[in-house]
Amino acid sequence: MHSLYWLRFLRIVVSLFFLLLTSLIFLDPAQWIPGWFTSAVVWPQFAPSVVRFTVSAGLAASGFLLFTLLALLFGRVYCSSICPIGTLQDIISWFKKLFFKTKPLKFARPQNILRYSILALVIISFVFGISLLVNLLDPYSNFGRIMTNLVRPLFLAGGNVLANVLEKNDIFWMPKTTFKLFHASSVGFASGFLLLIGWMSFVRGRLFCNTICPVGSLLGIFSRFAIFKISIDKMACNSCGQCSKVCKAQCINVKHKEVDFSRCVACYNCLDVCPSNGVLYNLNNISLNAKTERNPLKKDKDRRTILKALMIFSAFATTRAFATRTTGGEKPTEIPEEKQNIASPPGSLGHSHFTKKCTACHLCVSICPTHVLQPSFLQYGLHGLMQPYMDYHSGFCNFDCTLCSEICPTGAIKNIAPDDKKLAQLGIAKFIEKNCVVYTDNTDCGACSEHCPTKAVNMVPYKGALTIPLVNEKICIGCGACEYACPTKPYRAIFVEGNILHIKADEPVQDEIVIEKTEEDFPF
Amino acid sequence: MKRRDFIVNSVSAGLVTGASLSLSNLTSLAAATLSVQNDWDLVAVRDGEPEVMFDRAIASLGGMSKYVKKGQKVVVKPNIGWDVSPERAGNTNPKLVARIIRHCLNAGASEVYVFDNTCDAWNLCYKNSGIEKAVKDAGGKIVPGNTESYYKPIQIPRGKSLKEAKVHELILTSDVFINVPVLKHHSSASVTLAMKNLMGIVWDRRYWHRNDLHQCIADMVSWRKPTLNVIDGYRVMMRNGPRGVSEADVLNMKQLIVSADIVAADAAAALIFGSKPEDIPHIRIAHDMKLGNMQLDKLKINRIKI
Repeated sequence: MHSLYWLRFLRIVVSLFFLLLTSLIFLDPAQWIPGWFTSAVVWPQFAPSVVRFTVSAGLAASGFLLFTLLALLFGRVYCSSICPIGTLQDIISWFKKLFFKTKPLKFARPQNILRYSILALVIISFVFGISLLVNLLDPYSNFGRIMTNLVRPLFLAGGNVLANVLEKNDIFWMPKTTFKLFHASSVGFASGFLLLIGWMSFVRGRLFCNTICPVGSLLGIFSRFAIFKISIDKMACNSCGQCSKVCKAQCINVKHKEVDFSRCVACYNCLDVCPSNGVLYNLNNISLNAKTERNPLKKDKDRRTILKALMIFSAFATTRAFATRTTGGEKPTEIPEEKQNIASPPGSLGHSHFTKKCTACHLCVSICPTHVLQPSFLQYGLHGLMQPYMDYHSGFCNFDCTLCSEICPTGAIKNIAPDDKKLAQLGIAKFIEKNCVVYTDNTDCGACSEHCPTKAVNMVPYKGALTIPLVNEKICIGCGACEYACPTKPYRAIFVEGNILHIKADEPVQDEIVIEKTEEDFPF
Repeated sequence: MKRRDFIVNSVSAGLVTGASLSLSNLTSLAAATLSVQNDWDLVAVRDGEPEVMFDRAIASLGGMSKYVKKGQKVVVKPNIGWDVSPERAGNTNPKLVARIIRHCLNAGASEVYVFDNTCDAWNLCYKNSGIEKAVKDAGGKIVPGNTESYYKPIQIPRGKSLKEAKVHELILTSDVFINVPVLKHHSSASVTLAMKNLMGIVWDRRYWHRNDLHQCIADMVSWRKPTLNVIDGYRVMMRNGPRGVSEADVLNMKQLIVSADIVAADAAAALIFGSKPEDIPHIRIAHDMKLGNMQLDKLKINRIKI
């Protein structure tokens, strides 16, 4: 038995533990999980952590440093323990082994040009302020989209069934949830990605991690120089190939008795399978490894095709299905809301910062208590594909809530103090008088003003005793409560025009209430 | 008697006894049923704590057992519309809600349910209003009202603008319905009271706003009147309602109105707020539809100062 056989079990336990936690934070139906816990769970996620480091370097953004250090010491520990897509692929491979009799994997040549080109593209585009490639290729963000757009709806539907059963027995602790909008582009992309890694891991183990994944490629560069490496004891090895058969990274070359450690995902499957105990995991003897084999740089047309397909898919991702608003018996409104810009979430500073730093993991979409945060399609432009925006037909921003800013793993939504949030102007309410019920029907309404947390939308005298909304743009913060509450159909009478750059709104002026002489008796 | 019920009842009884012992001028709950005069149309109480004012009011009406019989299911509908603290007076006072639940359980209610169709995110409203905790501590059941599946269609034959609606199933399945609004300023309805609070038992509020709000408010009352209306005027939001902007909007008024006549209760509370009942369109409409009486001089009113 190999002295380090337990590493494999440790890796399995840790990976399942992290997969479970990372799944849970996306499934929480009613903000049961506190923000600090969610932050802790996403802290080690590599790509978001790097992005966050570029926003504000600090302890909260140091997860990637730990795993860089670990890669320099022991190899790509992140890939088999923390990465949720890594674990997901392992589970698929495991099922395959369980149910299908197929030939075991064998050594494959590295696709260095492909993987390092992708990595270079991702880094260069990010440096130039385009987060789209990180967004499309980061494994954690893809996992987030799979959870938010595919698993969460099913989970909550199951929760509703459970809630109904419990409620029949007078138990009300399980809340029910409704889905208001369906985002075809995000659902489509998440499904496509799931199919892609499903297929890749089914046929070739960790192929994705060693050809496409930018995190894998970057950690691979570090692990190339790792202090502790897995290698083959050339004296003990009799080229039986057992180690190579269990290597899902296809990086053990039995013929040359060499391990391409840059592609090793540190799963430790190989350590204990060698009949002659010839798989070593120890201090890297530099002199032995100085002569690395150089593979011919052959273009692989298959993989190019996969990549192309992925890019084309993302570009032509299906459009968001707009929730149709049917008209009842009432008079339909006639003037369309001409929204020039959508609003980005509070703490995101504005479109520029947000779109540069968001990797569209949709964690905020999953945890937002009012469901105002929804995945966009092209509202921010192609570079902002699938990044969340404030959808005021789905909900409105809760005045006292800063949850998205607490949990955003990339710092795209920067941590914002509640008092600052209450003055962060994401947009400005615009009133369309000719759509308003008070104007069209001469009856009271005021739903917009009711919901307004700053009374920026105030009811002022109109005809007779009627009142009509008036917007004080200086104290409006663009939370969208008015737009959400407005009852007119199909076009609303008030909507929020997003601010490209968030600014600080004025504080609502609050005089003391002049206390008239309080009566000592009853007024009746 | 279930063990849990026994504990709940014992605790409530203990609390009541404790309260009556500590406040010498207070009629205790047990003595309430013995109260002589109990044919008041409306009771108005002022200058006490929420629990004390409710104890006095319900005692003068003949005790909760007049409204809640043994084994009955009760639904209490406070205003839990907003994610604000009790000090902001955007929601019904949690102490009052808890006290009402204790009285119901003491009168033998099998279950006391509490819900609202909130405006802000429901779970935050329930939590930050303090009502969720108060209900659980008092032995009641807090029930969500956040999805359409809880709401069942009803017809409103006497309705003019509102002829049908979807109503929370608890209103349909409970024997007793206690309506517990908070008195406050309201940007659309000028002041929000007992009738307006019924907007929280229906699913589609936007329909009301589109189709003559005041008429819809009155129409809903024509469908079913609550068994009892308890208007919380302990803290009163004088402006910027119904959500309020800060605590500066709130005055400590320490008032309470209790009546089975929803129109009379609203008329009395409107006067306390400083408005004339006939100036509030939905009170006037409901009076004209004969859903209650806004002419307080025609009613027997018990006025209690503490």
